[in-house]
Amino acid sequence: MSLARSAGVVLSKELRIELRTRDLTHTVLFFVLMVAGLFSFAFAPTAAESRRILPGLVWLAFFFAGTLMLQLCFVREQVNDTLAALRMAPIDPFAILLGKILANFVFLAVTEIVFMPVFSVFYNVDIGAVVGRLFTVLFLGTFGLAVVGTVFSAMASQARMRELLLPLLLLPILAPVLIAGVEATAGLLGPEHLLERQWLSMLGGFDVIFLTATWLLSGFLVEE
Amino acid sequence: MKRNAGAWGLAWLATAIVLALAGYAIFFVAPRELTMGEIQRIFYFHAASGMLADFAFFVSFMGCVGYLASRQSRWDWLAVAAAEVALAFNTVVLITGPIWAKPVWGIWWTWDARLTLQFILELLYVAYLLLRVLVTEPDRRAMISGVFGIFAFLDVPLSYFSIRWWRTEHPQPVIGGGPGSGLDPRMWHVFLFASIGLLALMALMIRDRYRLEQARWELAETAAEFEATAEEEVETKGASR
Repeated sequence: MSLARSAGVVLSKELRIELRTRDLTHTVLFFVLMVAGLFSFAFAPTAAESRRILPGLVWLAFFFAGTLMLQLCFVREQVNDTLAALRMAPIDPFAILLGKILANFVFLAVTEIVFMPVFSVFYNVDIGAVVGRLFTVLFLGTFGLAVVGTVFSAMASQARMRELLLPLLLLPILAPVLIAGVEATAGLLGPEHLLERQWLSMLGGFDVIFLTATWLLSGFLVEE
Repeated sequence: MKRNAGAWGLAWLATAIVLALAGYAIFFVAPRELTMGEIQRIFYFHAASGMLADFAFFVSFMGCVGYLASRQSRWDWLAVAAAEVALAFNTVVLITGPIWAKPVWGIWWTWDARLTLQFILELLYVAYLLLRVLVTEPDRRAMISGVFGIFAFLDVPLSYFSIRWWRTEHPQPVIGGGPGSGLDPRMWHVFLFASIGLLALMALMIRDRYRLEQARWELAETAAEFEATAEEEVETKGASR
């Protein structure tokens, strides 16, 4: 089976499980809604302040939602004892990871599509003029989060205290995504709606570098 | 192994002497810096530790690559030994930095490119050590932490450039920073001397940490063998009864 096809099978399996259980959708959507509210209570921002803090807030909220969601990615396989079956399947180990990366990306992207308007309303920041570019930036960053997060979720699933471990592994390595994502978002939401190319290349570069690394090292990650 | 114990003891002693002399040289040989005054003397250990910490992080990365390429445990021992020692040196950097910054910049800390990078390195490699603690089975631990070590190191240039584009206040490189930059020759000599002392210290620490990891590994192997023979004995006894 080709890589694309086998990754597609894993992806559709993940999506089907999610459509049946809706565990992730419920918890993560609620989590982001809660964070959007709590940040507002914590900072009680004025209109000018919200424009300033919103980019950072959005990215942090999605990062934390991502770590929450990625916990389940391999734990689910362990609970159902299906990881061995996946490993035995005659497919490239990278295909398993790629399928899961894409699934996590889809879940996170849906969360962002749902919640970007909510943030925009809660914090009175108009995103209408930049919506296309804003989602390009968000999705580039989110893909990086999904790649590294899925790999680290596979690692953490083999450790003790995995629920605690994943955020500790994941959040420091995402520093470049956070900086580039927040800066790009801030530029877009600023008065001139500027998008500096260097931030896009940083986000894209992060995705390419870590996807390549995942491809090269996938054999070590999905091995018994 | 015991034969060489004396030689290694001597190496430790020599390193201690060099470091003590470096300490003396920093205060009494190196000239007083004009604008910053006495506090600038922290530079000798601060900058040298920073360079060496970065170097040891790189050694740890090579250990990770070596392990994944060869699957030989000694690479894993090197990776963990270098990572731990690098963290110790990096902690020195993160502590001496603010002590120097407070009187000179007026603040303890700023999110400048190099400070932030050393800070992120600290976080990444603490995570690396945590991961190692939490994965029990040795081969699996070596493999998983090897992959993490590679990911962490790949992150370094990305972090560096993102922070540099973001903001930077740290002095531009004084050493080799173009015309007009540079150190007084006496400062140079003291700096080199301090760096050599710290490099020797780092090498010895990595070696000792490596031996410790090796000893732990051999102990675990022996324990596993012992357990296997004990189980066998129980089985044969059970069968004879």
